[in-house]
Amino acid sequence: MSTTPHVPAAHALTDVTGSDASLRRFLHGLPGVDAVGLEARAAALGTRSIKTTSKAYALDLAISMVDLTTLEGADTPGKVRALGAKAVHPDPTDRTTPATAAVCVYPDMVAVAKEAVAGSGVKVASVATAFPAGRASMAVKIADVREAVAAGADEVDMVIDRGAFLSGRYLKVFEEITAVKDACGDSARLKVIFETGELSTYDNIRRASYLAMLAGADFIKTSTGKVAVNATPANTLLMLQAVRDFRDRTGVQIGVKPAGGIRTAKDAVKFLVLVGETAGTDWLDPHWFRFGASSLLNDLLMQRQKLATGRYSGPDYVTVD
Amino acid sequence: MSERLSVFKTYKLYVGGKFPRSESGRVYEVTGSKDQDWLANAPLSSRKDARDAVVAARKAFGGWSGATAYNRGQVLYRVAEMLEGRRSQFTREVADAEGLSKAKAAALVDLTVDRWVWYAGWTDKIAQVLGGANPVAGPFFNLSTPEPTGVVAVLAPQESSLLGLVSVLAPVVATGNTAVVVASERSPLPALSLGEVLATSDVPGGVVNVLSGRTAEIAPTLASHMDVNAVDLTGAGAGTALATELEVAAADNLKRVLRPRTGEDFAATPGTERLTAFLETKTVWHTTGSLGASGSSY
Amino acid sequence: MTFEYAPAPESRSVVDIAPAYGLFIDGEFTEAADGRVFKTVSPSTEEVLSEVARAGEADVERAVAAARRAFEGWSALPGSERAKYLFRIARIIQERSRELAVLETLDNGKPIKETRDTDLPLVAAHFFYHAGWADKLEHAGYGHAPRPLGVAAQVIPWNFPLLMLAWKIAPALATGNTVVLKPAETTPLSALFFADVCRQAGLPRGVVNILPGYGDTGAALVAHPGVDKVAFTGSTGVGKEIARTVAGTRKKLTLELGGKGANIVFDDAPVDQAVEGIVSGIFFNQGQVCCAGSRLLVQESVHDEVLDALKRRIATLRLGDPLDKNTDIGAINSAEQLARITALTDQGEAEGAERWTAPCELPSSGYWFAPTVFSGVTQAHTVARDEIFGPVLSVLTFRTPDEAVAKANNTAYGLSAGIWTDKGSRILAMANKLRAGVVWSNTFNKFDPTSPFGGYKESGYGREGGRHGLEAYLDV
Repeated sequence: MSTTPHVPAAHALTDVTGSDASLRRFLHGLPGVDAVGLEARAAALGTRSIKTTSKAYALDLAISMVDLTTLEGADTPGKVRALGAKAVHPDPTDRTTPATAAVCVYPDMVAVAKEAVAGSGVKVASVATAFPAGRASMAVKIADVREAVAAGADEVDMVIDRGAFLSGRYLKVFEEITAVKDACGDSARLKVIFETGELSTYDNIRRASYLAMLAGADFIKTSTGKVAVNATPANTLLMLQAVRDFRDRTGVQIGVKPAGGIRTAKDAVKFLVLVGETAGTDWLDPHWFRFGASSLLNDLLMQRQKLATGRYSGPDYVTVD
Repeated sequence: MSERLSVFKTYKLYVGGKFPRSESGRVYEVTGSKDQDWLANAPLSSRKDARDAVVAARKAFGGWSGATAYNRGQVLYRVAEMLEGRRSQFTREVADAEGLSKAKAAALVDLTVDRWVWYAGWTDKIAQVLGGANPVAGPFFNLSTPEPTGVVAVLAPQESSLLGLVSVLAPVVATGNTAVVVASERSPLPALSLGEVLATSDVPGGVVNVLSGRTAEIAPTLASHMDVNAVDLTGAGAGTALATELEVAAADNLKRVLRPRTGEDFAATPGTERLTAFLETKTVWHTTGSLGASGSSY
Repeated sequence: MTFEYAPAPESRSVVDIAPAYGLFIDGEFTEAADGRVFKTVSPSTEEVLSEVARAGEADVERAVAAARRAFEGWSALPGSERAKYLFRIARIIQERSRELAVLETLDNGKPIKETRDTDLPLVAAHFFYHAGWADKLEHAGYGHAPRPLGVAAQVIPWNFPLLMLAWKIAPALATGNTVVLKPAETTPLSALFFADVCRQAGLPRGVVNILPGYGDTGAALVAHPGVDKVAFTGSTGVGKEIARTVAGTRKKLTLELGGKGANIVFDDAPVDQAVEGIVSGIFFNQGQVCCAGSRLLVQESVHDEVLDALKRRIATLRLGDPLDKNTDIGAINSAEQLARITALTDQGEAEGAERWTAPCELPSSGYWFAPTVFSGVTQAHTVARDEIFGPVLSVLTFRTPDEAVAKANNTAYGLSAGIWTDKGSRILAMANKLRAGVVWSNTFNKFDPTSPFGGYKESGYGREGGRHGLEAYLDV
């Protein structure tokens, strides 16, 4: 496998990435997804009742998995610094609260973010590749990535070319991912965003998952948070099945990041149930599972306060950033 | 010149599309209903004949039940055509068997032909009348369709030797079952001749098998046979010990049982009861769900 | 620390179980004529839940007479009035569904997740559906003025006590019959609570009579000459006995009996969903389901892959306290049933099938059986032929669709089958050839009041549910 020498995973599936035709044969040979069964399974896992000690564990774990995100045209250094402070100490009233996994910003804010979280262990993730549409030349996309990495990004969240994917040009998508992976070098982990709401079908999401994993993604991520349908329990469950099966097949573990639409602690805990009962406990770690979210963190914190104090908290007791 | 000496017919069973004698080599004397004159010797079927008939019916079931309903309709209509061509023969046989005038017997034969036509037309409608989609509360397409039960043992009515026989047999085969018919014990000749009609229509061998003999001797074998799926007890007679005994035997493999009815008038227009008696309902669930990954709305 | 789920038990306080219950005859709770009682226990703890009157022949006599008296008035009611009673029952069940779910879980041993999310919603839906039929029977395809049969004797099993009651009582009442129902001896309580639902609904006395008891009670009931209709759900052996009992009578009979359902997985199946379907097919309600997918027929080319995925999935099943909201596998219903499952699985092992047991701890009291998979099974093995009625899956292989059909149909039963493939034409072709009353394609163990349910061959006859199910209670 010459195109992705840094991906030991690909050795096991080395012959499939040579052309559009061979990729198509491989991706379309993956087991199909029955939408009804997938959604029913996700819904069934959603009925798990997580109480007391397990809830405390889950809330802290969820907090530690948050990629605290601001991706607005109105972002400023001040906003990003506030976000960084919140990521490091999510609950100023309780220093036992774990830090979030990362802050997630646009490339031009990476340096500011880096400084804001310096020394904390909180990572800085940057979206790149003409996020969120991805409609730019390859040169622009790579420049976008290089700028982010040069500014110190620990993680790069790229978007795939959904147009290429939907028109069957899998090799183009594959090569873009490998090129971005190269641009990330050894210093940044690569998250590949599918924009599952635009891929539309579960079969496409499974295919995109394998395509990205073959191309060297460190994480596969549902969405940008900028379209109508973002992370759902079902599409995340499907991606968890994909990383589980990929590790079985290749020995390589890939992370999963649902992003967008997860706003409540209750929802986050449901996702953790999906992780634990699908991919397994190996993925119950911020290194392998993330939540791309902003408002989620405050709800997690309020629930955490409720568990600690026995009374319900309110928005005035968590910070607005 | 003396009157020409007629040629008698040797009446035989109709099994698997062939006309065997009883494997037992036995026959019994069939006499006219009115004058007790000798009419013919009919095969006196044995338990082994019954067994052979079941084997033939089972063998034919896959093809017959798998044929298109249109095809079954065409074949059964062909039976009516063949029967029509033999009206005079059947009129004579029915008149002799039931002690009727030629005119009355002819009317029964006409009714019999019409009954075949009626059932022939049912083959490709029954599924629409009985089946349909079920609006289940979930993302599923759910369809119920009638399917033939399998091999049906039919004890033909004792009194109505042709019209009654056809009235119980035609609905069984119209819906895709195959049949082993035990003819009227006293008046088996029209039934055995019907075998000849079936053989010269396009009915595949084994779809209908006709046995003659003692109902009480043959029927228990059929009622207890583990490869028979259903039994029509009409010929056992309503309220008889035989009918009860056969129904008990039928429980060994849970055959569907159509009990004998008192005073059934075969000349009356039939309803769909006999068509539905030997049908199973199969319900198939298919997942549907949303077209996209944005999630179903259920 | 790992993500272990803390206990999350549903509260028992929503249900108030009396220390003793009588028979429900003619609108009153009454002792058995001979004063006999029996105990009902919680299978998960062996705790005695209550003491229940045991109906004898004299009680059958009383109940049938009460149902007969009530029939005149009930069948003469306008359908629209009967409908309203059934709607009332449906609504009261919805209102009391948490109570009834907890009760059912206690008496039966099945997980609260199932009683709460499956049994009770279906019970309510069944009454709701049939309520609407009561004043529309002339449109059901059974003639212009279809008539009820009279008194229905109904004998139901212990695996879905309240749901089976609903399957029996709802169509019977909608069509204008009155009923005498015998619940199973190990699960009498929900039927007795249903008697209270009837009281709340103001149902006329005698329309529904409940006679707890053992097999002898059921036998006396179906043999009673005053009965016009017999409906039974249970074992094929008892079904045959009943068929013999009613032979030669006017009684109309429907039987919903055993099964040995084939769940057929092709190499192009949506594997993750197939694994879920296999799991729910055989482990739903601890496999104590007549239509369970107890035979897995998997295409040889994906056998290892599917079996590995299946075992991995089964290992995540949570067995334990049925009242815990996270429990997937509850208790076996009775010591007797546990003994039967144990004997059959021992036989499977003795006959050389390869046994795999889920790695889960069994509680020290109560009746428990860990999810079990037999691989290397052939059609000749007992575990491939006999209904085990427990959480035991037999795995067989096939090479071609023809072979799958041949093996699936090679059974005296014919209740259910499953097909897993992404190829639509194959689904339709397979569904066409399978000799089973219910075929699930890319799903399994789905039920709905509008969908007729029932078997081919020795799985019984007659259908329950849907328009088709009305026929069993009408004089047609």
